Formats: sequence, structure tokens, C-alpha cells
Amino acid sequence: MTQGESTLLRADDVSVRFGAARAVDGVELDIRAGEIIALVGESGCGKTTLARTLLGLQQPTSGRVLYEGKPLPTGNRGLREYRRHAQLVLQDPTGALNPRHSVYEAVAEGLRIHRVPGDERALVADALSRAGLRPPERFFGRVPHELSGGQRQRVVIAGALALDPSVLIADEPVASLDASVRGEILALLLRLRDELGLAALVVTHDLGLAWNIADRVAVMYLGRIVESGPVEQVLTAPSHPYTKALLSVLPESEGPATVLAGETPDPSRVPTGCRFHPRCPLLAAGLPDSVASRCRTVDLPIVDGAESGVACHAVEVATAR
Amino acid sequence: MGEPLLELRSATVDYRTASGLVPAVRGVDLRIDAGQTLGLAGESGCGKSTLAMAVLRLLPRTAMIGGEILLGGENVTDMSWGRLRAVRWAEASVVFQGAMHALNPVRRVGDQIAEPIRLHGKGSVERVDDRVGELLEQVGLPARRARAYPHELSGGQRQRVMIAMALACSPGLIIADEPTTALDVMVQAQVLTLLSRLVDELDIGLLMISHDLSVLASTCQRLAVMYAGRIVEQGKAVDVLRAPRHPYTKALAAAFPTIGDASSRLSPRGLAGDPPDPSDLPGGCPFHPRCPSVLPECSGTDVLLRPVSEDRTSACLLEVEP
Repeated sequence: MTQGESTLLRADDVSVRFGAARAVDGVELDIRAGEIIALVGESGCGKTTLARTLLGLQQPTSGRVLYEGKPLPTGNRGLREYRRHAQLVLQDPTGALNPRHSVYEAVAEGLRIHRVPGDERALVADALSRAGLRPPERFFGRVPHELSGGQRQRVVIAGALALDPSVLIADEPVASLDASVRGEILALLLRLRDELGLAALVVTHDLGLAWNIADRVAVMYLGRIVESGPVEQVLTAPSHPYTKALLSVLPESEGPATVLAGETPDPSRVPTGCRFHPRCPLLAAGLPDSVASRCRTVDLPIVDGAESGVACHAVEVATAR
Repeated sequence: MGEPLLELRSATVDYRTASGLVPAVRGVDLRIDAGQTLGLAGESGCGKSTLAMAVLRLLPRTAMIGGEILLGGENVTDMSWGRLRAVRWAEASVVFQGAMHALNPVRRVGDQIAEPIRLHGKGSVERVDDRVGELLEQVGLPARRARAYPHELSGGQRQRVMIAMALACSPGLIIADEPTTALDVMVQAQVLTLLSRLVDELDIGLLMISHDLSVLASTCQRLAVMYAGRIVEQGKAVDVLRAPRHPYTKALAAAFPTIGDASSRLSPRGLAGDPPDPSDLPGGCPFHPRCPSVLPECSGTDVLLRPVSEDRTSACLLEVEP
């Protein structure tokens, strides 16, 4: 693997703690130029905190974030410069846009903050048309309430594109949109990747989204990546019992559903051993004693999100055999 | 077969606005029998929530209901307020979306579940407490959670409380409006499993609303797809999802991919354009400006729902021509 050269953004053993809560607890993840990665997991698993850390909006407690091989700057100026390259797209476009600002203002704001040289009008028009709002001049004067949900999300994306970033970090970019619009926005992200080589990390709980647009997927549970790899591999032949359970409960899945009880447990009380063991259907169904005791007591090595990997004692034993 | 639980005959809802009447529901016929489950699908603004709320007349004053809405044979549209109060909770109840906003943040959830029971004036204080505990256990929460405030519960637990409240007066029909939107996949699965189990055990009817066809198909026996205030396709849930006939249903079904299906890999599918403005509907078939299989006649012909195969109706010109 030609690792290193094409790596754009890297989380290097990143941990984020809030008091006793280990929101992110040792994550290795690479985003390479021109690839789309889906970071999936339930609410509270730390995926949003990890995304914020990658953007420099949150300081890691330990570990570091590297952009083009260099640690993120810490000062305000340095971070502002960095955020030209890594842009955030939020879930709810209605909340992300100022209701009294026109579309033009919304897109031009970033250009002004970053003092981007050039003809502002032309840059705004270009960003809007790349986001699929054509002809762009028609949208200049509109305010958010005159737009549909899908158009608002396109304006948010245009605001990001105006700065010519190399990576987008999108937090549930279609969760608040209607079914028919969802496909349009996902197609846009895919097109931006193909045409501009724009990389993206898409944070989502929606595995169908990963199937639709991502090259690789990383499954996060309680602050750690528990499985990662190419989408086809992880989603059609999952190894980790948590990934298997997530896939089994999709409404369209054929086999019997493994509905895990409870919700993602409290990050301030991470279980000993494998962090998933209290909810693990494999362990509950019965594993050989030697494996089961490891599940309860031995923590797993960190999965490197740059490669394919699974953090599970039972899988380890099965593949070693 | 006895009286249907719910029957809609040419039901309409118009909103009075400064610029005139805006039709939100434009003539809907539906029927749900005891123990039956019907999923109502469509995008924001298609009229599905208006239609569902019309069943209990939970609409703003500006709404005008037309046609007949028969709940247990009684027409809701001309009920007195007193009768309507008696019917709400006891004959039909609603599980709203976004349990965080639907619950009162400063009251214990047990008191909130008890409220409809007290309103309908049955039993002593201890009996009510017992009933609340029983309801909580029915939805998979320990009875002692009655003392919790909404913010002490997770999203999934709050949605369970909403379901317990809906069951409080043993209604025959439950209307669930996007009950799992904003919930995680695993919690969504828990809530859907719970709803299916309750419908089965208690033999109640369920009208469930969502924009996600696959969620509806996993819970409901039948599916109705709504567009611009009308039902455009109806049939057995599995058939509608797997082999949609109306071009709009096809687009909705394709919006949520099946993992493992090679045709949707790196190829998200949506539908260009936006849902029409109810105050300015396009002429002819209201779907024609967005329809991928539009014919020249579509802009001039308004097609009504008609049978297209056994147990399936669709409102599309393509289905008329062989």
C-alpha cells in the first residue's frame, strides 16, 4: 500500500476525554485524497467528537491529527488557514444557515473570512453551480425559507466548496432530508469526488449511505473503531459481531434480526476487556471458556482505520485456527 | 367481518390561508380493520401527517375537513367536542415523532402516562399507579422508571414512554407519526419490534407514517403511498416495496438502497425536483414534472387510483395503456 503519500488527514492514536468520559479512546484513521470514508456508529459512540477533532474544533487529550503529514496548528490563525482545506457540512441545513442572509451572503461569508483573492461574484457563482444550483444568479438573492430542504443543503455545500477545500467532513448530511432529495445530495458528494477529487469523511448511522457512496467504512463503538475496511467487504461480509448486528436490523435485511438490548453504554464507564462484551451476541450464545475469559478481561489492540481490521477476540481465534 | 376500525371516504383537508384555500389532502379512501397495520408513505408536505391528524381532528383551526372519517363507524368530522374528547386516547391515540418535544420536561413520565387514564376517569389512585407500572413493563421499561423525568431517559426510552401513553386507555387504533425518525438503527429496530409485538398481542390497528418505505414494509401489512394530497399506490407492503408500479413509488423505494445490491453501489438514486407546492399544483398528474417516465398526455390527464392487479391500485397513465 502506498501509505503516507496520498494520506490527506490522519488521526494518530487520538483520544478525547471529557472528565471521566472517554468519548474517543484511541483512534487510528486515514483519509486519503479523493476517497470517501463513512464513519458509522450509534449516537454517543464518539463519531461526532472524532469529526470535530479532525477539524481542529476539539483538542485531542492525547494523540494528534496530521494534515498532509504535519500536525494541526494550534493557534487561531493557523487553524483558520487549515479549515480552508477541511470544511464541515452539518446535518441540518436550516440551522446552519442564517435565515436573514441571502444565498449569496451565505456563500460569500467564507470567502471574506479567509480573504480569498479574486472576483467574489464569480467565485460564489462557480461554487453554487458546482453544488448543482443552476443558473447560480437565480439563487443569489434568495433567503433560506424560499428554498427547499435539498436546496438549502446545496447552499451549505456551496459555502464549503467556495474555499476549494481538499476534504469535506459531513455530519449526517442527509439525515434531515426527504427520501427523494437524499439521493440527489449523495450523488452530489460522489460527483464532487469524481470531478474535483474532493475527499470526504461522512459521519452517519446510516449504513445504506455508506453503501451508496463510500469507498471505505469504519464502524465505531464506544470511542473505538471496532471494524474497518472496504465497503463491499465490511457491509456484505462483516466480521465483528457489532457490525453484523447493525446490518441484521436494517428493515430490508433478509436474515433474522439480532436486536441488541439497551443503547450505547456510558463512555464514562467503558467495560473492561472487549468494550462490546456486555452486549455481544456471540458471547451470550456461548464461546469456549478460553475465549470468553479474554473477552471479559483483555482489551483489544487498536484497529488501524487505514487498513482492514477487526477488534474481536472470537474473530482472532477463528482466523488463527 | 365487522365494522372497520377506521374508514376514510373521499376525505379532504383544506387550509384557509390569506391567499385562499390550500388543499393538503385531496380525496383519500382508506380502511383499517382490527389487528391490521397500514403504512402511509410520502415526503414532507404530501399531506400524510395532515391526514393522520385529521382522524382525531388534531389540526389547527384553519383546517377544514371534508368527506367522511369513520372511527368505529362514527363520523369524526361532525362529532361534538365532548364526544371527540371521549374518543381521543380511548378509541384512537397518537405516538408523535420527536418524543423530546411531545413530553412535558418538568413532569415525571409516570404522571404523564397517568394523565389520559385519569381524564377518562377510571379507578382509584393506586389502580392508576399499577396501570402505569404495567404499561411501562409492556413497553420494556422497568415500572420504577415512572419516577424519571424525560431528560433522564434516552431517545429510545422516551419513545417507549410515548407508546405506553398511547396504550394507556386501551385504544383500538394507534396512529404513529414517524415514530422512529431521529433514532439510531439499533434503537429503531427495538421500537419497531415493540410496536409489532404490541399490535399482535393486543390486536389493535396501526396507522404508521414515514418517508422510509423499508421501515413501513418491515412493520405493516399494507402500504399506501401519498403524493400531493392523494394516494398514488396501495397494496400489500412487501409487493409495493419489491415491485412498485407507480413511478413515484419506484423512486421512493430506490432512495434507500439494499446493501449488497450491486446496482445501487456508488450510485445513489434520488428524484430531481421538489415536491409540488399544494397551493400551486401542476395540472394533469401532479407528479408529471418530476416523473422519469412522463408521457405527453400526462400534463393534461389527472389519473385517479385504479386497480392494476390483484390487491394493488395505482394512479398512473402508464398502467392504463397495456
